[in-house]
Amino acid sequence: MKYKTLNFARQTALLLLVVWTVVSLVTLLIELVPGDPATAILGDQATTEQIANFNEKHGLGKPAFFFAYTGEKGFVWHGADNRYLDYWKGVLTGDLGNSFRTDRPVLNMILERYPSTIKLAVAALIVAVGIAVPLGVLAGTNKGSLIDNASSFIALLGISLPTFVIGPFLVYIFAVKLRWFSPTGSANPEDIILPAVTLGAALSAILTRMIRSSVIEELGEDYVRTARAKGLSERKVIYKHVLKNGLIPVVTILGLQLGVLLAGAIITEKIFSWQGLGLLLLEDGIGKRDYRLVQGCVLVISVTYILANSLTDLVYRWLDPRIRLS
Amino acid sequence: MNRLTYIGIAIAVIFILTAIFASFIATHDVTAQNLAMRYAAPSAAHWFGTDALGRDVFSRVVFGARISLEVGIIVVVVSSTIGIFIGAVAGFYGGWVDKILSGYIFNVFLAFPGLLLAIALVAFLGAGLEKLILALCVIGWVGYARVMRGQVLKVREYDFVQAARALGASDGRILFTHILPNAIQPLIVQASLGMAGAVLSEASLSFLGLGIPPPAPSWGTMIEEARGFDVLYNAPHVLIFPGIAIALTVLAFNFIGDGLREYLDPKQRKR
Repeated sequence: MKYKTLNFARQTALLLLVVWTVVSLVTLLIELVPGDPATAILGDQATTEQIANFNEKHGLGKPAFFFAYTGEKGFVWHGADNRYLDYWKGVLTGDLGNSFRTDRPVLNMILERYPSTIKLAVAALIVAVGIAVPLGVLAGTNKGSLIDNASSFIALLGISLPTFVIGPFLVYIFAVKLRWFSPTGSANPEDIILPAVTLGAALSAILTRMIRSSVIEELGEDYVRTARAKGLSERKVIYKHVLKNGLIPVVTILGLQLGVLLAGAIITEKIFSWQGLGLLLLEDGIGKRDYRLVQGCVLVISVTYILANSLTDLVYRWLDPRIRLS
Repeated sequence: MNRLTYIGIAIAVIFILTAIFASFIATHDVTAQNLAMRYAAPSAAHWFGTDALGRDVFSRVVFGARISLEVGIIVVVVSSTIGIFIGAVAGFYGGWVDKILSGYIFNVFLAFPGLLLAIALVAFLGAGLEKLILALCVIGWVGYARVMRGQVLKVREYDFVQAARALGASDGRILFTHILPNAIQPLIVQASLGMAGAVLSEASLSFLGLGIPPPAPSWGTMIEEARGFDVLYNAPHVLIFPGIAIALTVLAFNFIGDGLREYLDPKQRKR
């Protein structure tokens, strides 16, 4: 028990450290912008007064960090009144600053778009599981057969084909040629199908491979022989016994992948003009050089990703006591 | 090695030769526009057809291989060098050095979704070839470092390392002449997968408009230019050929990586 608590504490400490680092990195990334954000936003024609106003409004007039290193003066100490600390104070009170372009709170802009990204990620998860379970079971129970080879090939294709190749190809086949769906947007409920398949394709390929090898492994276990010996139908053996045990590793991968899906949704959202967080980052943030918005989006996506991963890890450890910190 | 690995090697060789001899293989100037020939279907004059500006798609795909290979090789070499060095230090010295490096820094980089970190870096630095390569190295090195650390931890306990130490060899000598050659195999696998990853990331970032700016013929940029409804309707070849090129290249390096891994680790062969 003591060991468990210690472990938990260590994991939590690491998690906090990682989140702290990520927030710090995001905060300081804005310093990398060539020139200064005010000129980038207001243009070269902006007067000094306009630039000063802009800097004042967005708190950009202060020094970036506690200290700085300049060539002539060496280390200069700026004290606690700096942008780094300001951003942190904001983050802790749920304020990610105001957009450089629209002056709206960044957090509100993100919260408006977040649900559609989550919706897309969950749909992709459902698609992936829906494809992978039957395909993986078929391949695993018919090891070495034509079905197995075919499903392995499909899985490999799914892993190797990048999202931005699969997406336009699906649009070409199902929207342009067959006209089953509209090529972009989310006006109709069925418009989620193509983006979800695009985003879920890689995951379904990984899952198919995992379920296949998991099924093959479980089929060799004693309890399968017992189940067969007592006269259960092969169907029952596979779906009631093998699959139940074989799915344990899959469940954990799913949790891990939810984070990957959220991050990976950026490309899919661009392909289908899906109005989610990724498109907000790309078009309104990076496209319009709204660095405050970029900071907010990167922060929210990466923290979600990290939390999803840690949570899965925790659940996994709890589910399977054999897994210990190595 | 299985058949897929040989297929992978064959495709990779074609890809590399295409990249090297691009100027001999390409049939047209990659930036030469011909607005009278917009979206021409594949023909004898233009094997893969032409794009929105009447540029020859075949030549652009060929030169796209050069960009992918260039980015891939630089990213793999730089990030593996950095990763191997840091991983070796972490594994060899252990203790606090290892706690900070593998316990904290590795975890931070692994916790960040790679593509997002690259996007963030390029978003703030601005697009361009050097910045793209920098971003990919920043996300790439940690994979090598982790593998190297694990290998060093294993190999440093072997008798010949102990013997070298007893003979008074320096740390550097032990690391690079004794441990590294014995730790290299999984790193080669990592490099092959890293090549696939770098090619893919370059194309992804270029697709998002954050990579190599047009008119350079990056496969990602070509796909981005081809994904409009009208283009897909009238001239799907503009999408299909760069799409196939990137899929084959990534597939090839993944085949090689997987094949090598199985080959080097006999325990995995039966799966």
